[in-house]
Amino acid sequence: MATIIVKRPQLAWHEKAFISTLVKGLKITLGHAIKTLSQIIGRKPKVTMEYPEEKWDSHLPEYYRGAPALVTDEQDRERCVSCQLCEFICPPKAIKITPGEIPSDDPWAKVEKRPKEFEIDMIRCIYCGMCEEVCPEQAIYLRKDYAITGLSRKEMVHNKQRLYEIGGKRIGLVNKWNELK
Amino acid sequence: MAAFFANIDLTFLIVSLVKIVGFTFAAVLPLVTVCVYLERRFSAVIQDRVGPNRVGVPLTLLGFKKDVQILGIGGLFQAAADGVKFILKEDFTPKMVNTFYFWLAPCLTVVPALLTCAVLPFGSELDFSFLGLEQPVKAVIADLNVGPLYTFAIASLGVYGIVLAGWASNSKYPFLGSVRSSAQMISYELSLGLSIIPVFMVFGEMNLPKITQFQDAHGWLILPLWGDGLSVGRWILWIPMLISFVLFTIAMFAETNRLPFDLAECETELVGGYHTEYSSMKFALFFMGEYAAMIIGSGLAVTLFLGGWSIPFAPVLGLDFKEGATPLWLGLLHMGSFFAKVLGFILFFILIRWSLPRFRFDQLMKFGWLFMFEAALANVLLTAVLMIWFPVK
Repeated sequence: MATIIVKRPQLAWHEKAFISTLVKGLKITLGHAIKTLSQIIGRKPKVTMEYPEEKWDSHLPEYYRGAPALVTDEQDRERCVSCQLCEFICPPKAIKITPGEIPSDDPWAKVEKRPKEFEIDMIRCIYCGMCEEVCPEQAIYLRKDYAITGLSRKEMVHNKQRLYEIGGKRIGLVNKWNELK
Repeated sequence: MAAFFANIDLTFLIVSLVKIVGFTFAAVLPLVTVCVYLERRFSAVIQDRVGPNRVGVPLTLLGFKKDVQILGIGGLFQAAADGVKFILKEDFTPKMVNTFYFWLAPCLTVVPALLTCAVLPFGSELDFSFLGLEQPVKAVIADLNVGPLYTFAIASLGVYGIVLAGWASNSKYPFLGSVRSSAQMISYELSLGLSIIPVFMVFGEMNLPKITQFQDAHGWLILPLWGDGLSVGRWILWIPMLISFVLFTIAMFAETNRLPFDLAECETELVGGYHTEYSSMKFALFFMGEYAAMIIGSGLAVTLFLGGWSIPFAPVLGLDFKEGATPLWLGLLHMGSFFAKVLGFILFFILIRWSLPRFRFDQLMKFGWLFMFEAALANVLLTAVLMIWFPVK
């Protein structure tokens, strides 16, 4: 193997005595200070985004993983068929599904199952996106909501109604239950 | 007994008391909070951040809609908020400590730092003739003839606070920190004292107010740009004075345990250093002592080398000090000039802190004993030799 002998820079006496290097260092720090200060005075700080006033939302990437939510299809049918795959795969065990049967007089009776209750504990959720990955019905999605707050533990558990509120409607995708097919 | 009380000059007593309370508690302690704010803000802009910019006068607590930001600059109340936080925190004394010394140590750090204020001339003279005072009031608490000696004597007591803190905590990290710190302070005390001997040789004086008056009339020691300062002698003596200034500043950094000499509380090795076991206001007292020492150090450097309260080009502008005939506005202007210079020096302290990495301990001791000490001694000799041909007065 080729051996490379790194040549150490030859320091001049003023560099060894920290004189010119000190000046250089002070120049760098002072330069940054003046630059940032003028940006702040001009009310256009380039580096720090001042969070609550100025939000990150428009810069969120497409693949951003925020709060998981349930979606309905174009006919307002709940996509979730309560197969419980997400419940089983969820690493922190944040999801709790109570499966329910769809009554036979329902127009979607052929789907057979839908969740009676669907709870995601947002204190436990780690936003990993496994539920979205595993869902065969593409019923659960990670949205871009990131500021999930609450005053009690109870408030931090998203129930079914809340999940559909966040998720909303999503069209296209899986069409196997539709008449169109 | 009655005669004894009759002999007490009541006016002098009251004036001194006002000066003590005014300078120590209304100037230096608030300056500590200003320093903390500056430290945070300046370090932020150096690192391309914004820094604390939200805390204002908390009017929302009283039911108002918005907090008031003083002068439109956000965050000026941050230091006050920090102070309140320290007071409200739990003051915890661990079981294994030596309680008496544990409580004594923070006091021993703050008190010497504040005591040294006594000899600093923070202004020229204040003419209070409209209040019925015949003599103008000198803007210095104690007009001592051995001012700097007093400062060094008291300031070196500060090391006891640190030693006691480390020892009384009965814990390894604080102990190591305090041992380091005391070794460092003792070795740099020597060069601190020696570095300004040339200054006293040049002035032939150890009275700080008189030193400042001389600089006001004849040009600052480091910037002799007016009056007699433009003579060849002063500019040749400028070389040892500059060396003296640099040595003094370096020793001052080490003395106040600031970076690049802050081995006493080097977080990566010693957790927090000598104040690891301290909490709440006791911890804040260490903090205050450190910053007060920094302010006094800057004050001393400004007084000795940068003309103290004197305004640049004072004789040219007609703003110079005339004994007994200084109007009140000029006296106040001189005070403002002093505090502006001290603030400038503190900003320099902060800039250095955020620019340089810290020394290793052996490097620090080697630098102190093998370079600073010798350089200071040689500088005394150099000044003495130069003064044979170029006496100042």
